[in-house]
Amino acid sequence: MSDVRIITGNEAASLAVKLVKPHVIAAYPITPQTSLSEKLSTYVESGELRAEYVRVEGEHSALTVCISASTVGARVFTATSANGLLYMHEQIHWAAGSRLPIVMCCVNRGVGAPWSIFNDQQDSFSQRDAGWIQMYCRNNQEIIDTIIQAYRIAESVYIPVMVCYDGFVLSHTMMPVEIPEESTVREYLPPYKPHTEISPEHPRTVNPVFFPWRRENAEGVLCDGYMEMRYKLQAALLDSAPVIERASDEFARLFGRDHGGMIWEYLTEDADILLTGMGSIAAETTVAVDALRKEGIKAGAVGIRVFRPFPISEVRNAFARAKMIVVFEKCVSYGFTGGMSTDLKSALYGSEVKAPVHNYISGIGGRDVKARELSEAVASSIEMMERGDRDNKTFWLNCHTG
Amino acid sequence: MEKQDTNIAGICSPAIGEAGKTGDWSDLKPVIDHTKCIPSSKNKAACFLCWLYCPDGVVSMSIPVRINLDYCKGCGICAEECPPNAIRMVRKVECDDE
Ligand code: SF4
Ligand code: SF4
Repeated sequence: MSDVRIITGNEAASLAVKLVKPHVIAAYPITPQTSLSEKLSTYVESGELRAEYVRVEGEHSALTVCISASTVGARVFTATSANGLLYMHEQIHWAAGSRLPIVMCCVNRGVGAPWSIFNDQQDSFSQRDAGWIQMYCRNNQEIIDTIIQAYRIAESVYIPVMVCYDGFVLSHTMMPVEIPEESTVREYLPPYKPHTEISPEHPRTVNPVFFPWRRENAEGVLCDGYMEMRYKLQAALLDSAPVIERASDEFARLFGRDHGGMIWEYLTEDADILLTGMGSIAAETTVAVDALRKEGIKAGAVGIRVFRPFPISEVRNAFARAKMIVVFEKCVSYGFTGGMSTDLKSALYGSEVKAPVHNYISGIGGRDVKARELSEAVASSIEMMERGDRDNKTFWLNCHTG
Repeated sequence: MEKQDTNIAGICSPAIGEAGKTGDWSDLKPVIDHTKCIPSSKNKAACFLCWLYCPDGVVSMSIPVRINLDYCKGCGICAEECPPNAIRMVRKVECDDE
């Protein structure tokens, strides 16, 4: 009998971590992630989870502990939000460059200044180029399932995975969640096999200065230079898409739940107008799609589940027939347009997809986003298109600057 | 065919002088006055505090004491620790304005 509980997103995340049994957890509490790290420390303290919980004085140290533990072969977990994530930034690069399969939850929150504790996705978006895989969850069920998948993916391709979910919207909201069976998780997720062994018999240097050129080691073996190492990370990230797809398919087979691989689709088969987004706002677009369909508009939704590596071929296929693409997103590439739409447009460049991309920056700093507002925005974008205005446009939804 | 290292990250088997001859980077070099140095002058395996404190492990516990300048970073810790002040730090390259 599967166990269904009504729980918050943070509790769902904590149960996922308990199921994957990391050896080391290091996290610093930061709103809205706090109840997740509290739950994990409770499990460790009560003996429910046999892990080392390292109490650190900040997020830079939290990820440093995970990097060190992962380097010597431990399965590790950490979680953070907003400015905490930015405080980790140096180590975010370090983890990816070291190819360590660390899994971290980013409970998405607006970045200060001005100070905010509420949701948007500027924090994880601003870590986009650090070499991590980024996955975005729509609901609490997806949080628990994605964390389990994240370990499988990270430990297959040796790239850290950031599991992102919207602060408060999901982290503090309760919904029914089916808790996976521990034995099935064991079957799905083999123990972590490190790609490096640190022992007196096999001495290793850990990330010494890498020169622009290649060099020979003590045995005369030719070793990579800095550029080769970075190329290998990039190649591994680009090659990880099929691994992510397989991890999702295998999960669906064993657990009976399919959240999509790189992307997911909703009523797209005959759709002319496609709404898209990441995380909880993408879930909201499906409600807007239903409303638009009632008005006779052939709308559909395509959710970006994996933001890095960017699902280039998947979006080219999914948007192939679109007459218009409307992106709703909770982040901005300052000085340009919405963060996700910049990537989407560049992925579509040179393809058959010629549909205009309208971009609505929404929900910044926790501003409420209603499905009705999304469908109204789509309707006004359609009007613009019908008037012959085919430009790619960016709007700030529900932003009142007078 | 040359053997290529298969590591996917910079966690790999060490090379001799992993980061090259780091001694190139230093500004100062330690010079030992062997008439003051305890093991050298007394011909006894004694003291070796420079060997103990050198953070780069480039001092050899020999008579006379030797410092591998290829890898010495010129930090001056040995000179600081030497009881009879037998080590003097000297500038490797004279600056134009000096
Ligand atoms: S100067 Fe520093 S690195 Fe060089 S021998 Fe002395 S202690 Fe060692
Ligand atoms: S510390 Fe000074 S006296 Fe002692 S061994 Fe080194 S150089 Fe000689």
